Amino acid sequence: MSHPSHPSAAPIGPDSPWRSLEEIEARASGGEASDTPLAVEANPVISSVELARRDFLRAVGASLAVAGAAACTRQPDEKIHAWGASPEALIPGKPLYFATAMPWASGALGLLVESHMGRPTKVEGNPEHPASRGATDAFAQAAVLELYDPTRAQLMRRNGAISTWSGFLDEFRPAVEAQRARAGAGMRILTPTVVSPTLHAQLTGVLKEFPRAAWVQWSPHNRDAARAGALSAFGADVVAHAAFERTKVVLSLDDDFLAGPSGVRATREFAAARRARRATTSMLRLYAVESSISITGAAADDRLPVRPSVLAAVAARVAAKLGVATSASSGALPLAPEHERWADAVAADLAANRGQSVVLVGAEQPAEIHALAHAMNHALGAVGKTVRYTEPTECASSDQSEALRALAGELQAGRVELLIVLEGNPVYDAPAELAFRDAFAKAGLRVTLSLFDNETTELSHWHVPATHFLESWSDARAFDGTVSIVQPLIAPLYDGRSAHELLAVVAGKAGAKAYDLVRAHWQAQHEDDDFETYWKRSLHDGVLAGRGFSNRSVALSNAAPDLARLAATAEGLEYVLRTDPATFDGRFAANAWLQECPRPLTKLTWDNALLIGVATAKRLALSSGDRVEFSIEGASVEAPVWVAPGHAEECVTLPLGYGRKSAGPIGTGVGFDAYPFVRRAARWSGSGATLRKLGRRHTFAVTQEHHDMERRDLVRTLRLGALDAAPLHPALAHGETSMYPPVKYDGVAFGMVIDLNTCVGCNACVIACQSENSIPVVGKEEVAAGREMHWLRIDRYYEGEPSNPRVLLQPVPCMHCENAPCEVVCPVGATTHSPEGLNEMTYNRCVGTRYCSNNCPYKVRRFNFFAYADLETESLKLQRNPDVSVRTRGVMEKCSYCVQRIQEKRIGARREGRDVGGDEIVTACQQVCPAQAITFGDINNASSAVAKLRAEPHHYGLLEELNTKPRTTYLAKVSAPRSELSPPPGDAR
Amino acid sequence: MAQIFHPSTNTLSKVSIFGGVFFVLGGLWLASALNRSSYVTQAGVVRAQPVAFGHKHHVAGLGIDCRYCHTSVEEAAFAGIPSTKTCMTCHSQIWTEAPMLEPVRAAFRADASIAWTRVHDLPDFAYFDHSLHLAKGIGCVSCHGQVDQMPLAWREHSLNMEWCLSCHREPERYVRPPSEVFNMNYAPERPQIEVGPELVRELHIKGRTNCSACHR
Repeated sequence: MSHPSHPSAAPIGPDSPWRSLEEIEARASGGEASDTPLAVEANPVISSVELARRDFLRAVGASLAVAGAAACTRQPDEKIHAWGASPEALIPGKPLYFATAMPWASGALGLLVESHMGRPTKVEGNPEHPASRGATDAFAQAAVLELYDPTRAQLMRRNGAISTWSGFLDEFRPAVEAQRARAGAGMRILTPTVVSPTLHAQLTGVLKEFPRAAWVQWSPHNRDAARAGALSAFGADVVAHAAFERTKVVLSLDDDFLAGPSGVRATREFAAARRARRATTSMLRLYAVESSISITGAAADDRLPVRPSVLAAVAARVAAKLGVATSASSGALPLAPEHERWADAVAADLAANRGQSVVLVGAEQPAEIHALAHAMNHALGAVGKTVRYTEPTECASSDQSEALRALAGELQAGRVELLIVLEGNPVYDAPAELAFRDAFAKAGLRVTLSLFDNETTELSHWHVPATHFLESWSDARAFDGTVSIVQPLIAPLYDGRSAHELLAVVAGKAGAKAYDLVRAHWQAQHEDDDFETYWKRSLHDGVLAGRGFSNRSVALSNAAPDLARLAATAEGLEYVLRTDPATFDGRFAANAWLQECPRPLTKLTWDNALLIGVATAKRLALSSGDRVEFSIEGASVEAPVWVAPGHAEECVTLPLGYGRKSAGPIGTGVGFDAYPFVRRAARWSGSGATLRKLGRRHTFAVTQEHHDMERRDLVRTLRLGALDAAPLHPALAHGETSMYPPVKYDGVAFGMVIDLNTCVGCNACVIACQSENSIPVVGKEEVAAGREMHWLRIDRYYEGEPSNPRVLLQPVPCMHCENAPCEVVCPVGATTHSPEGLNEMTYNRCVGTRYCSNNCPYKVRRFNFFAYADLETESLKLQRNPDVSVRTRGVMEKCSYCVQRIQEKRIGARREGRDVGGDEIVTACQQVCPAQAITFGDINNASSAVAKLRAEPHHYGLLEELNTKPRTTYLAKVSAPRSELSPPPGDAR
Repeated sequence: MAQIFHPSTNTLSKVSIFGGVFFVLGGLWLASALNRSSYVTQAGVVRAQPVAFGHKHHVAGLGIDCRYCHTSVEEAAFAGIPSTKTCMTCHSQIWTEAPMLEPVRAAFRADASIAWTRVHDLPDFAYFDHSLHLAKGIGCVSCHGQVDQMPLAWREHSLNMEWCLSCHREPERYVRPPSEVFNMNYAPERPQIEVGPELVRELHIKGRTNCSACHR
């Protein structure tokens, strides 16, 4: 289905980027890919309503009559409620911003949250916070939906029956008092990794009062291996932080350092070191060796996909080449010659950039590899230059797996009389062999604090609804020790309690408020008299001054790590377990925004899949969508297969966080549960797995074939140092002639430039756009039918061999074409052009012909086939941006360049009698981007950032040859100059 | 064979064909007239309020400035309605016993809201900004009418889109110096036809008529 009348500037050749394995197969056989894409096969849904022709006509007639009658009514009266006394600083209609922080085990992410008349609507990063620097990840963006989720736990429950807080105290306090008499011998407190200094102090206080009680921390994605590695290398638990701005060469040993909350800061620094402009002569070079597929691997210049056992051997080889000694027994790790060559070349490059290179290790890697990396960094002279060490973020670092095992043993033995679970979901995510479900049920009185009903609350006597972090006081440490106060944006929506308040009951201080506890904790540590000023400034800035960690100097106590344990031969199929980019460890399984957000590389939605390499799938005669039985040592699960280009062979990936049995209407039963394969001995990877094909098929809702731009030359790549080499502006198919009347833009003209080189595909922009513009979710069936509503999508292309292709990512919002093809086909003038060049969409004029969408070459228009926006649920109404219209059924919508933000700034500027500044307006996607890959502004203002980028040699527009004159344009992906390693892929087209 | 149709059928058919056209056109005219009528637009209809607040008394009689109560009109989209406390700044001193003001005192005692009925209520998909209109010399009177002459408030104009556009297309007919926007009795010194275009130039008034100027 290509357009013969529009020869594209660079026609598709055998080496051109491809989007799916089906496409590249079809290309090899000379066929058309779009004839057999998986998406079509998987999309039987055209309409979820079966309708005969006559019924349809009847419905049309009736709706016309009803519409006619409805048009005769006048606007209903509205009430306007005056304040009793106007609050200070609040002007109705103008949002306020408050600093707070999102707590994570790996360190808090500082946030600024937009509040409209007292309701938080949009999360932004806090520019003052070291982990955020003004950006966030996708999880933080989705936090507002979590806050307003109507399925949140709203009432105190005892064994599922509604109860009250006083009813709870009546049972809980005597149980605590009984423990006090026994010094807490039967009391256990289970929490996720604690990064709140106040909560830590409270726990310490409780343990002092109850000396025989115990506090256990358990987060499934914990630092156990990294901690053991640091202890073995230095004899001290420290965390390594890379300084990308001073780094030329990075080797990532399965470290997905660009993903998740801790990836925000890393992406900012990484992108800065990768930014290619006209004058740039050097770029950070990233080598990645990994088993699964990750966005960090996708961003690498050289990526080596190998299964876990080989990965250890590659690491050992690099270490050996760098002169790191390993103990005698380690020499046995076998390595194929091509992997040896790869390791040698990487080691040479690392060594050649001594003092400017760094080795990073993923938290999932075994302790030995962590120790090895510490030794390598010492050998590379990286310490103090490209890597620094600090205390760990968690308040009390411990071996969590061991502590949980001990707790499970005590539970099994019936020695626990009172178990208090302060958030987390251990029944779901504890290692399988602990049989934690059974053990948990043996505790005498089980009290669980939780935001949602989940597997753990189901088995608890008491479920105390928790407060969301946006509605309660707390504090949290960032990766570098910086402390932020978690400040509520709204009073608790339901009868929730925070961990601080529940723990205060244990300490005999029932009724203590979290605010007083947090404030008192910091007041006690404040030396100077004027605490009030310090407190207020800390709340305002979002960080407590002078609380960060200082660097720790460490000495390598064990320069020769013992790799003997890794040398044990891996037999059979290997597997890796990974947290998921959408559900993380399962905690976000009920978050519809995240579930519907296409996973960065697979583009799957509403599902997880067993990821498998291309050749392994071929050997096992598996294709995407086949259901298989995956089993190891007696445990087995039925899972659908997804063939992932670039995945290591003879190895599969099982994403965690799915298959929840109790996660509300959104998350329950989505995907398969991989936690039964988490073993203490094989936390994140193992071997000896078997796959059995079941002959059943699975329907995925995958967006990678949606919104096809007909495989024209869309994503361009260039080599650093040769940005001028290939002209990126093709000749126009019909010259400059146009049937459109010429329009001159001599005032402010808005445009956007997206840097493909720094975009890492983290999806933060997709969710930010959803949050800012009140974009509805549509559900799995509708996504499968190609009806997802995201205004901004990230296209993912592969280039080169399917076994290890180069990944090219391209965010695609509306292009706001100056010669917009959508506008001329609209019969009702619902899409028009503004004097600044915005392609506007006027919902109230739209009658839903969808001509505009059909005529859009970029496929960026989204149609409300049904009433997707939930107009009924009260709590969801609070989330919506009041500055954006909510769209109803039958209406087209699309990226507006955040017209509400444009108008706010434009009106402000015009009020002052000036034009809006070149860089004054910030769109939601631009603001959230950790890589700062998106720039927006006035292209007619020569001093604006966007105008400067448009003058770069590698600047180009998508499908420019159609003479659409897009306002959204791109900077080509630029590859770093090569080392002598591996022949360069054909990228200098 | 006898004639099937009586000769008068000719006349009847002509009348019904033309009559049908007039009927359809008449129906359309009726619909559009209805849509502009004060029945639908509520223009000129006095709205019942929980307290019979008289703008005429407070503005014309006592000379209170618009901004005393509508505080955010110069800085935000929304002009703001006064809090109960604003009413009580005066009414804790004067008319403290007036039975008419009991709802205000009750709300003040209870720190509760007074639920006024909106007089000027745009549809939710139209975004109007008070501050910009004031900065560009559109007086309160231009949209709200002689509020100082309204014993109880009503909507002076239809607030239909065509009414908005009548000014956006020809702002020179309505613009006044920004210093005069709160003046209820402003009259230009020279004819508006001379002053208007000068002010439009001076204030860089764009008179935007593109959709996203008001719809987002």
